[in-house]
Amino acid sequence: MDSFWELLRGLHDSYGINLVHFYDGFERGRLLRGMWTTVKLAVICIVLSVVIGMIGAWLQGSRLKLLKALVQGYIQFFRNTPPLVQMYFFYFALGPQMPRIVNEHGIAQPMLGSFEWAVLSLSFFAGAFNVEIFRSGIEAVQKSTVEAADSLGFNRLQIYWYVVLPLAIRFCLPALNNNLVNLAKTTTQAYAIAVPETLFVASQIWSDRINVFEMMITLLTFYLLLVGMFVWIMARVERALHVPGFGR
Amino acid sequence: MRRYQGDASCAGPAEPAPPAGESGYTAANFTPRALAIVLGVFCVVVLAGEALAQMRSGGPSRSIVATLVAWTPLILFGPPREFGGFALNIAVSFLAMAIGTVAGLFLGIGQISLSPAVRKVSWAITQFFRNSPWLVLLFFVMLLTPFQIKIAGYTIPLPAWLKATFGLSLPVMANFAEIVRGSINSIPTSQWESAESLAFTRMQTIWRIILPQCVKRMTPPWMNWYAILTMATPLISIVGVNDAMTLTQDALAAEQRSELLMPMYGLLLVFFFVYCYPIARWTIYLERKFAVRS
Amino acid sequence: MTVAAGWTPDQPIIRIVDVHKSFGTNAVLKGVTFDVAKGEVVCVIGPSGSGKSTLLRCINALVPIDKGSIKVEGREVHDPALDKLELRKKVGMVFQSYNLFPHKTALDNVMMAPLHVLKRGKDEVEAQARQLIKKVRLEGKEAAYPGELSGGQQQRVAIARSLAMNPDIMLFDEVTAALDPETVKEVLLTIRELAEDGMTCMLVTHEMGFAREVGDHIYFTDRGVIVEHGPPESFFKSASDPRTRQFLSQIL
Ligand SMILES: Nc1ncnc2c1ncn2[C@@H]1O[C@H](COP(=O)(O)OP(=O)(O)O)[C@@H](O)[C@H]1O
Ligand SMILES: [Mg+2]
Repeated sequence: MDSFWELLRGLHDSYGINLVHFYDGFERGRLLRGMWTTVKLAVICIVLSVVIGMIGAWLQGSRLKLLKALVQGYIQFFRNTPPLVQMYFFYFALGPQMPRIVNEHGIAQPMLGSFEWAVLSLSFFAGAFNVEIFRSGIEAVQKSTVEAADSLGFNRLQIYWYVVLPLAIRFCLPALNNNLVNLAKTTTQAYAIAVPETLFVASQIWSDRINVFEMMITLLTFYLLLVGMFVWIMARVERALHVPGFGR
Repeated sequence: MRRYQGDASCAGPAEPAPPAGESGYTAANFTPRALAIVLGVFCVVVLAGEALAQMRSGGPSRSIVATLVAWTPLILFGPPREFGGFALNIAVSFLAMAIGTVAGLFLGIGQISLSPAVRKVSWAITQFFRNSPWLVLLFFVMLLTPFQIKIAGYTIPLPAWLKATFGLSLPVMANFAEIVRGSINSIPTSQWESAESLAFTRMQTIWRIILPQCVKRMTPPWMNWYAILTMATPLISIVGVNDAMTLTQDALAAEQRSELLMPMYGLLLVFFFVYCYPIARWTIYLERKFAVRS
Repeated sequence: MTVAAGWTPDQPIIRIVDVHKSFGTNAVLKGVTFDVAKGEVVCVIGPSGSGKSTLLRCINALVPIDKGSIKVEGREVHDPALDKLELRKKVGMVFQSYNLFPHKTALDNVMMAPLHVLKRGKDEVEAQARQLIKKVRLEGKEAAYPGELSGGQQQRVAIARSLAMNPDIMLFDEVTAALDPETVKEVLLTIRELAEDGMTCMLVTHEMGFAREVGDHIYFTDRGVIVEHGPPESFFKSASDPRTRQFLSQIL
């Protein structure tokens, strides 16, 4: 490994290709931590947004008009405003309203840090799309199948959990995958509230080391790999959920 | 086929489907109500904040409503004698959409080229720009293009907003290319064959026969991408363009009043909502209308 | 299983009195009255759209009624305070379009309700489910998904699925109407065996031969009312109403 880093260092010395973020232990460390933050951010947001989507779609089947209108309002507002402004709203406008907690050093600090706000805002953003995606999946579930479950004594929640949701997920998987990949890409905008994710760390490195071009190539490669990995995982999920003889 | 609407035992007769097409179900039916609700909620939030602020301080500071009104022209149109603010967001969205559409059209046609090399390269470009994060592409263009270019002795300056526009047009290009490819593929082969039998060249067939038939099918997704692009324009504030987002933060910095945070950011959200929501409704309307026809 | 105070098995297990049901302005049931005794096999016939399915759905409380009374084992189905779960444990229903859960294997389809609704133990439920699959002659198909089974096989899984709840009454809504003639036989055989075991059955059917052989009582409905009824022999021989005779002449 060390000899490989030496090779990269030599590349810099003799050709001016500055891959300092690989061969320098410190820079490599912070870049890796940034990448890990991106992965964490993406995974947590994906899980949360899917949960939001499931709950929202369930609430949309409610008989309470007000509840339905609220869910609809949430969807339309989050779908039709810029995610970046949403994130600023969460972090800069809602953040200061939150109570402060005292940490172990006796210093008052905000209850939620920038990472947590990024998680919340991105999850609500992608969640709004997921509600609609799940709802269209739910609409594709045949009413007669639901009636059968009803006649077997399942209650509303059981019908949703055991019958409607498993079928709806299979119907809407392509749209869901698409949205979740988008979400993974949108995590970059957490840069704007100084979450130390990949783009943020990369910008620090290129300011310190003046290797914008090399950093950019690294960044783009990283994100293409990340997206590729998500696509691969989703394909696995799709295969795992495949039911013989079922589908369009 | 009737669909799941909640508890089957409680589901009444299925809701009548909205009449499609020109008859009644128009985007206009929907838009004012949702807009009114959003504006209403916003006003309530602002007034509640106002009341709270009054109770807390009672000092001589300007009321929240008056402050919002005072800053609105700046946020909408930028500083005097300078182009900026929300108008700049819109201008950038128009220009980036235009560039992205033209480039995407060629890229999409490239993907169905008869030459394997052109096809593969077009495909690779499309995938690359579709799957890269917008913000990374934006940085890429901002930092790696010069601030001016020299052509035949002329020096053409490239202002930040223009570079940012170019950066935003790249993902639009790639995604529009996919739309073009998809809709060309959806045209039945009989159209190609009949054009060929009439001695049209391949290029003539694409431009005169196939693409005109694709316009209807491409319009709704194209509009959808326009809305996505518009909602991505605040990203240019990160790379230092004087858009509505930047100016809102400038205004907040100038005021230094924490009770303004929610109303100011809220106002910006409302601007975008008022612009984007009707586009979204109209897109859905067109989608249904064209779906019925075909 | 709880029954209403005062109900004994010698009284009608289903008691339908003057039931009315409309969907909007469409009056589907206009005063239906009849009783079903325990262990009886009742066949309902009639032209399509006459409200047969709606009647079955009302008995199961899948659809609320507007007026009248439906009592199952002495308990009013239409009572808002009714425990729907209790009712659905007693009444099983099989549908024309099978309505199996497409994402579950045949065995899982049968096990789902006892597991999640009755919350019975898994081992016991699985043993019973395997037994039922055997009973409907689908041994070896336990692991097949509905999409991999023929219509007749799916319908028999659906019957087993209902039986897994140990119901007292089975409702069959044109369960053979979507099947090809050969597979109809398998399903009818299963129902016949059930009837012979003493299960109370109410079936909507167009299989007149089956109704004549297995049915204890035939009801003919048209436009929301019972036009005529009687035991099979007399019903098929000497139907008096012109509407019944016209229907029978079309179908026989
Ligand atoms: N859920 C429903 N909503 C509205 N109309 C219904 C519903 N279910 C049945 N109907 C109507 O009730 C009438 C009787 O239907 P049904 O009971 O299915 O008749 P059958 O089973 O005898 O063919 C039909 O006109 C049908 O359109
Ligand atoms: Mg029917």
